Amino acid sequence: MASKQEAGIRRQIELPLSQAVKMARDSIRVRFWRSMITAAGIFLGIAFLESVLMTSAILKSIGDGYDDVVRTRQNWLVVMSLLVSTVGVVNSMLMSVNERYREIGTMKCLGALDRLVVKVFLIEAGFTGFLASVVGAIVGTGAMALVLWVRFGGKFWGALSGASVEVLVNIGIGIVIGTVLALMAAFYPAWRAAKMPPAAALRSEF
Amino acid sequence: MAVTYEYIVRTKDLIKEYTMGGQVLRALDGVSLDIRRGEYISIMGPSGSGKSTLFNMVGGLDKPTSGTVFIDEVDMAQLDAFELAWLRCRKIGYIFQTFNLIPVMTALENVTLPMIFAGISTDDAIEKGIKLLQTVGLGERVHHKPTELSGGQQQRVAIARSFANDPAIILADEPTGNLDLRTGKEIIELLRRMNKESGVTIISATHDLKMIDVSDRVVWIRDGKIDKISARADIDLNVGQMEGEQH
Ligand SMILES: Nc1ncnc2c1ncn2[C@@H]1O[C@H](COP(=O)(O)OP(=O)(O)O)[C@@H](O)[C@H]1O
Ligand SMILES: [Mg+2]
Repeated sequence: MASKQEAGIRRQIELPLSQAVKMARDSIRVRFWRSMITAAGIFLGIAFLESVLMTSAILKSIGDGYDDVVRTRQNWLVVMSLLVSTVGVVNSMLMSVNERYREIGTMKCLGALDRLVVKVFLIEAGFTGFLASVVGAIVGTGAMALVLWVRFGGKFWGALSGASVEVLVNIGIGIVIGTVLALMAAFYPAWRAAKMPPAAALRSEF
Repeated sequence: MAVTYEYIVRTKDLIKEYTMGGQVLRALDGVSLDIRRGEYISIMGPSGSGKSTLFNMVGGLDKPTSGTVFIDEVDMAQLDAFELAWLRCRKIGYIFQTFNLIPVMTALENVTLPMIFAGISTDDAIEKGIKLLQTVGLGERVHHKPTELSGGQQQRVAIARSFANDPAIILADEPTGNLDLRTGKEIIELLRRMNKESGVTIISATHDLKMIDVSDRVVWIRDGKIDKISARADIDLNVGQMEGEQH
């Protein structure tokens, strides 16, 4: 038996992060509409969450009528919307990784390291998740602001200025939750697909 | 620098079992095979005989249940993930029945991808990619996506891609399986030409009898076992006599 050195077998180099970023960006660009559908799943979840948070913030700020019953109902809605956005985000990311098993298998045949595959998917997920969450947070908050304004009229503006910090914090929370959920939801399937033997990844039908 | 060995690939008592629903299926049953550097060898056998399984073991795409694959006399089981990736990138080029091009990438991007993984600069990769696509007769199609190409053209892209990093071995699994007779013949001739010109070892799993004409040796496999191995010399010397036996 020969040694690895004698046979000239070396170690695969790791590509710089910039290369992974470029691959992730190209991937989003070339499947733009598919990426938009993934993003839409995240967008809807975060927009729902934000609308609930916005209602809570304004009702609390207005004060009268914000009793235990209302508070309990609002908290319940927050939990529900968190669950809905989690399911939405996880489902979107699982789908977008699952349909690319063959591609992952092919990339590994061509010399991609497992960690490059995971990195590309995480960058894609992080980027998609962040953009979708920003838009979702702004649209969700804005749409609910409109509804509350119609409902409460002039009182709304006073309540908004009183709750402005909370509203901004809520938008930040939504963006963080959406991005982190997208990253976590992409990590497991991408890691599983990347460490699977290429033969198995190539065989999967999606 | 690397020493060259007479046998570029050797398998020893290769066994691969698949377990499905409690049933054990032995897809490879003790395959020992020595493949010489630079030869064009065909693995012939009916569907389900274990050709793809052997392809996966030799290509480092799956692990055998027992037995050993040596590449340049190195036991493949001794390689870590980085060395395996290097091997797949630099030493082996893969060609599949289903082409397995990345659908969202152009012909040129598909061909340059292995070079990017090898750390070659984008400019150099593009220059070489265009040259390779010209070699396989697709100089006019470099910016086409796979869906804009015929099956034969897609397989040519896959062949160009398999040669991207000047591998020592080309592994092909039924490269003509999804092609019509004439296109299949062109692909076989292209592979043979590249084998002659670059001295690359070609290992091709197939049940396409057209492959026999260009092969230096044919390994006949059945039920996961080697049935017999016939050399081109035998076939040439015994034209007529061997004919019945070949089919
Ligand atoms: N991943 C797998 N799981 C279970 N059985 C498999 C798997 N891959 C192949 N087999 C079985 O192993 C045998 C050999 O298959 P294969 O190597 O694909 O044959 P060939 O390529 O010659 O048609 C077949 O009976 C096939 O059903
Ligand atoms: Mg097969």
